[in-house]
Amino acid sequence: MTAPATHGATAPVARRLPLPAFVDGTLLTLVAAAVILWFAPSGMGRYGTYVLSLWLVMSVAVMGLNLTLGYAGLKSLAQAAFMGIGAYATALLTSKVGLNWYASFAISGLLTFAVGLVLGFPALRVKAHYLAFVTLAFSTLIWLVLRNEQWLTGGVFGLSNIPRPSFFGLKLDGALAFHRFVVVVTFLLAVVLWWMIRSPWGRAFTALRENPIRAASLGIDTRMYTLLAFAIGSAYAGFAGALYAPLVEFIDPSPFSLSQSFFLLLMVVAGGAGYLLGPFIGALLGVVLPEWLRFAGSLYLIIFAAIVMLLLIACPQGMSGLLERGWTKLTGKKEGAR
Amino acid sequence: MNRHWIIAAALGMAVSLPALAQDKVKLVDVVELSGAGATAGTNWKNGIDLAVADINAKGGILGKQIEIVHYDTQTNPGNTRAAVQRAIDEGTYAVLGPVFSGPIGASMQIAQRAEIAQLVGGEAAGLTKQGNQYLFRTSLSQTAAMPKIAKYLKDTVKAGSVAVVWVNNDFGKGGRDAIIPELEKAGIKLAVDVATEQGQADFAADAIKVKNSNADAVFVYLNEEESARFLRAAKQQGITKPMVGETTLLGAKVIELAGDAANGVKGHVGLSIDAPIPAFQEFGKKFQAKYNYVSDHNGMKGYMAVYMVKWATEKQKKFDKKGVADTLRGATIKTSEEPGILIETTIETNGDLDRESFLAEVKDGKQVITATLPKINP
Amino acid sequence: MAEFLAYLIAGIATGAIYALAAIGFTLVWQTSQTINFAQGEFVMLPAVLVLLAIKLFGAPIWLGALIGIAAFILIFGVGFKLTIVDPMIRHGVLPLAIATMALSIIMKEGAKDGFSAEAQKFPSFVPTETISVFGAAISLQHVAIIVVAFGVIGLLQWFVGGTKLGRQMQATAQNPTVARILGIPVERMVLLTFVINAALAVVASVLISPIYLAKFSNGEVIGLFAFIAAIVGGFNQVRGALVGGLIVGIVDSMAAAYISTSYRLAVPLLLLVVIILVKPEGLMGRKEERRV
Repeated sequence: MTAPATHGATAPVARRLPLPAFVDGTLLTLVAAAVILWFAPSGMGRYGTYVLSLWLVMSVAVMGLNLTLGYAGLKSLAQAAFMGIGAYATALLTSKVGLNWYASFAISGLLTFAVGLVLGFPALRVKAHYLAFVTLAFSTLIWLVLRNEQWLTGGVFGLSNIPRPSFFGLKLDGALAFHRFVVVVTFLLAVVLWWMIRSPWGRAFTALRENPIRAASLGIDTRMYTLLAFAIGSAYAGFAGALYAPLVEFIDPSPFSLSQSFFLLLMVVAGGAGYLLGPFIGALLGVVLPEWLRFAGSLYLIIFAAIVMLLLIACPQGMSGLLERGWTKLTGKKEGAR
Repeated sequence: MNRHWIIAAALGMAVSLPALAQDKVKLVDVVELSGAGATAGTNWKNGIDLAVADINAKGGILGKQIEIVHYDTQTNPGNTRAAVQRAIDEGTYAVLGPVFSGPIGASMQIAQRAEIAQLVGGEAAGLTKQGNQYLFRTSLSQTAAMPKIAKYLKDTVKAGSVAVVWVNNDFGKGGRDAIIPELEKAGIKLAVDVATEQGQADFAADAIKVKNSNADAVFVYLNEEESARFLRAAKQQGITKPMVGETTLLGAKVIELAGDAANGVKGHVGLSIDAPIPAFQEFGKKFQAKYNYVSDHNGMKGYMAVYMVKWATEKQKKFDKKGVADTLRGATIKTSEEPGILIETTIETNGDLDRESFLAEVKDGKQVITATLPKINP
Repeated sequence: MAEFLAYLIAGIATGAIYALAAIGFTLVWQTSQTINFAQGEFVMLPAVLVLLAIKLFGAPIWLGALIGIAAFILIFGVGFKLTIVDPMIRHGVLPLAIATMALSIIMKEGAKDGFSAEAQKFPSFVPTETISVFGAAISLQHVAIIVVAFGVIGLLQWFVGGTKLGRQMQATAQNPTVARILGIPVERMVLLTFVINAALAVVASVLISPIYLAKFSNGEVIGLFAFIAAIVGGFNQVRGALVGGLIVGIVDSMAAAYISTSYRLAVPLLLLVVIILVKPEGLMGRKEERRV
């Protein structure tokens, strides 16, 4: 889990190398993890399986935010709201309109992508950190609409009986079957992102984060790239929402509030912003930590926040950065021993 | 020979009895311990813990000690669903909680699918209209309470128009949707319809709005803390019209927080430790002694939920999960059979409850019961 | 008219609270580029600490208030600067902003688990009477909030503009490099803004808690509005935060009155978006030239 797709600010030299070994390591890790997760839930019961699936779904949303924050360096405070748009779109399309899940999934992604463009364009025209302000307002507005437009969204009562998809006639209603479906979709989305980051396109993102002014002077259309990064990141939230709705089979506005968007940001940072595998670690901390800290009751939130804070002070590259450091130290020691 | 067998059997009994006694029955409580429902959820949890401690001290249910586990839902429907699933995976005997109606709606199909009784604290009208045979309330539903309030507004308060202030969550919205047709039926005009947010702190503008509507009375349907804040704001704006509400407006917490501003508030109360029923007051004292604060109706609901499970188990004389629901459905639990139920309670076939309720008024910082309303179907 | 006046006074009173929070917000932003997402919790916590001090030490109100307030300014004025902002600012503005989000969770959950999940009464230093002005009932508490808040803001303006220390602080805020060349102890000035921020939060907390009741979740809304106020008024001006706070308070009150109570929160937010589109530096703000 240690291999970063691209190095952060700590290793500007390494960034110049193409590093095929590293990149393949990431892909291999993804494949191995997908295989393990395919089989993991055996003997975990439906609850354990649900938590695993939820972790993956949140990872997708965090992955998107990682693209926005970690690679393009933009603060979006609306990731949970985008997830809400995706979840409500999918829920309404599958249960009310009767569209199949795959089409709803695609529409959720396109919709959030388009909204991302519309929202990002005016904000980024002004200055990068105005995106935070605009998304903050947007996030709260979406939340208000979800709560008040009962004819469409079910209001505070939420929407229930959201159907789960089927796969070539195979029903995915069971916890395990749906979990495996989530594993496959998450894997595909992660691979697409991996490919995107490696492409010249993705390198431009990173260049942007490292030094926007230099990137601009090198002829990269910064505004275009930041805008696209934000829109794609938002689309991933839409995808996550499209998975979340059938996973829980019930949605209401509460998981899509502003504080959830903050929480998603913290997950990105905890996992390691700018590392392709960081979101999985971050979401693991955010979703599974409460399970591990059952004894601590509601203190888990404080513990999570404190971990993030300590990481930010000691190692701003998050858990991924920490693991990477440990790895270098370990391998370095080995070489020394030889 | 026979004697040997008898001795052997007796010995066997003697050995196995303590083992049986130590054998536990597991109850899982899925409840809002953090997030927006934390206040209600904590009361509910404490009520349950109190009941469990009482029952265990007296030898448990059919000789088995209760093992209680609480899972926090963070007031999130998805988590609630997962936690109910978990409770069932772990072999809970019955599911207790949650308290908020949204999370109940999200999780009730799971207990239904597993054919396990779920005893909830929710009051929203819609819950028991879905034909779920395994869902049981622990308090009156809004459908039962609102006609009583409309009647009270018309006959006692003699209001021609009413301002409705409600909190925009499933509880408040459900109540608002239930009271408005009742007001219409009673020929009372809706003067103004004011939605407020959950956790809202500033009620000045809402109070001014209510004041300007010139309604004859104000119907306040908010959670406890928001009720207190609204009453304070109403006093600041000099509203003198009668404030009428439901259990949450007349709660101990509201009176404590609103101080003077709560005086004169009236309404309908389902469960209240101030009701003129010795068992209620007794409960209130025990709760206060253990947790050092005054229980609200959610504490009573949690307490009763455990006793409903106990009663049903003792009635069927065995630990049969599905049987709990079957036994509870349509039953009337009398306090003579089970003192822990506190007040005679009839469980209707859809899971709604029917029991006596009260009209109350706050006088000099105390809730005073002015009338006892009979059961709907005595 | 009486009706309008009532809404206006209520709006100005809450707006004054938002202004206090927003001023601290902009001060901290100016001197250290810290976007404090925990600003709402900064206003929530002093009241809780005061109640906690009264409960823990069985102290009378005035002593409890003293202990609670002193503890708050020490921890969240000085401590915040030294233990969170200083080690993190070298990593850039972004990690620091995110760290304040984590801080807000810690403050909120800490108040809940360490004190109470339920709202608590907070003593008021003014009677809860109302007076009648042109037929409108005006609450003395609102009047007191307005008077005290404006008094404090006036004092702050005088300090910044009329004293040597204040002018040094302002110079630091406007251009730390030049300030350093001029021999101003920049570090100490930055610390001073953090202390002022904490002190303003204390004032806001003590003023508003008798009405809002002390509760761990109170910061969410106050923080959001302080944020909106700072952007609407202008991020780099104390004057801007004051104007922004008042506008947002009044707009919120009027929205509840004349638009819709369910969408009242949307109106200040739309105002925010419009400001960003039309005058991104805020109503009173000046364009920022430095940066890069």
